[in-house]
Amino acid sequence: MSLIEARDVIKTYSLGDVAVHALRGVSLIIEKGEFVAIMGPSGSGKSTFMNVLGCLDQPTAGVYLLEGIDIGKLNRDELAGIRNRKIGFVFQGFNLLSRTSALENVELPMLYDGVPAKERAARAVAALKSVGLAGREHHFPNQLSGGEQQRVAIARALVNHAPIILADEPTGNLDSKTSDEVMDIFVRLNSESGISIILVTHEPDIAQYSRRIVRFSDGRIVSDEPVNKVNKI
Amino acid sequence: MIDLSSTFKISFRALRVNKMRSALTMLGIIIGVAAVIAMLAVGTGASRSIEAQISSMGSNLIMIVPGSTTAGGVRMGSGTQSTLSTGDADAIQKECPAVLYVAPVLSGVAQIVYGNQNWSTGVSGTTPEMLEVRDWPVAQGRPFTADDVRSATKVCLIGQTIVDNLFGGINPVGQIIRIKKVPFTVIGVLSSKGQSPTGQDQDDTVFVPVTTAQKQLFGTTFPGMVRLIMVKAKSADDLRSAEREITELLRQRHHIGAKQDDDFTVRNLTQMMQAAEQSARVMTLLLGSIASVSLLVGGIGIMNIMLVSVTERTREIGIRMAIGAKTWDIRLQFVIEAVTLSLIGGIAGIVVGVGGSKIVSVIAEWPTIVSPLSVLLAFSFSGLVGIFFGFYPAYKASLLNPIEALRFE
Repeated sequence: MSLIEARDVIKTYSLGDVAVHALRGVSLIIEKGEFVAIMGPSGSGKSTFMNVLGCLDQPTAGVYLLEGIDIGKLNRDELAGIRNRKIGFVFQGFNLLSRTSALENVELPMLYDGVPAKERAARAVAALKSVGLAGREHHFPNQLSGGEQQRVAIARALVNHAPIILADEPTGNLDSKTSDEVMDIFVRLNSESGISIILVTHEPDIAQYSRRIVRFSDGRIVSDEPVNKVNKI
Repeated sequence: MIDLSSTFKISFRALRVNKMRSALTMLGIIIGVAAVIAMLAVGTGASRSIEAQISSMGSNLIMIVPGSTTAGGVRMGSGTQSTLSTGDADAIQKECPAVLYVAPVLSGVAQIVYGNQNWSTGVSGTTPEMLEVRDWPVAQGRPFTADDVRSATKVCLIGQTIVDNLFGGINPVGQIIRIKKVPFTVIGVLSSKGQSPTGQDQDDTVFVPVTTAQKQLFGTTFPGMVRLIMVKAKSADDLRSAEREITELLRQRHHIGAKQDDDFTVRNLTQMMQAAEQSARVMTLLLGSIASVSLLVGGIGIMNIMLVSVTERTREIGIRMAIGAKTWDIRLQFVIEAVTLSLIGGIAGIVVGVGGSKIVSVIAEWPTIVSPLSVLLAFSFSGLVGIFFGFYPAYKASLLNPIEALRFE
């Protein structure tokens, strides 16, 4: 059983009278422990595909299996449960709750998983430490740099032991040095903890951190090839 | 599912962010709850004081007054005729099974003098049964007896107001006072009764044996005449039958033909008072419901603010959903936020309401009673308002599409 198996996934939106074909039949298999970058110009369907992979959206047609579970057959709350336990999100804009401390932001996924308060705090502290933010637990997002905020978001994605991290342009708002630091964390999580990482990016040098690059164009996968590490700049 | 204490924490934080807005929203609830409590306190106070007055009159009371006289086609008020006698009273006592006590009364206003003090008051000639009829014990000394009535002795019972105005510190029992210049021995002091339902000072009175009043104090058009007969029925259920029995008996005794009107009037005081009490209750209800309207308006204020808040926090909702918040997690969060608003408002409203009713009772001199029930009622009602008006915004929030919510700027 593959971690992720998409079979001929089609996603069509209707914008008024116009039907937008965001995904025109995407099939993709990702095994456990992979580090995949999804690339493509805007409008290529890569964000839509991320939303489907992240169980934020369901395919119009086709099948998406996550650890063998047919995501297309789940209801709203079942999807929320899958997102909570199987997927860690890292967004371009960090998407931390403002006026909420780093610690409490990291506790959030456990809150919705019914983890007792004591365990929540302990696990959140550990997760923050693992991304190098020990001692910053009680800082608020506006007191942290962009890189630190993104690391809080990564800690939040880790804390429920999700097997997959979905990172949507995680370095889009960061300078190149901070980007490298953040990407190093992903690489480490992937190699040390075996967490599967799916990365959406349009920056080729960021994609180079992955081990497999899938390119989208016009709602279809146009190429799917391993990264030649030797060529890495 | 998210636990409640965390949800409350989240709510408190959200409310603290917009302190001014939260305070203003609460104000609606504060005013509503305070109004409900104060209005109920005023209403309850009013009906309680009516109740107290009713019981001060004596329970299961019936009054019989003579009918009206007609002079040249002009009908005078009831009681102007002189048709009742002590004989009537005795007959009622003997022949009406639903009647417990009967007290005839011949009363008038008289100047009373003690030493160099004098005072004008109502003097009632009556029988010892009067004290039973009115549930009016003697506080000091002794009541007069049937023997006093039979032999028309010059003894009297005086009310507390008389004691205060004539005696000032001296023990009145055994002293001689002059009523219309006739000397009477004070044999007892009545216990204090306070105001009557019509606002009269019931303690401003002197009781003498009815026979003494008839012979020494007030003129009578025929021997044994009285102005009023007071009757205590055996129980509240017996009031109707007592009235009927009395009417029948008196018509017979007064030789009134089948087609003629009564020459007396039978009044059931308890029923009159119960009607007054009933209207006080209706008043309370009315005041309470008007006040509830303001609570309702406060609730609409909460809904309004919660809707604004949901819109403002669309992105937060999106984040929470992406991270795993389920439909009811989001609903609960916003409902609890609304409930927190309304409950804090409710508590503040209770404080303001209780304080307000105290102020009303001091300034307006209205008796106000804040019943624990009304506090509980207002508090739980404010909670319900929060749930009710918080639910729609919460429901709206829970239906957001997480993808669109995350994109919201």
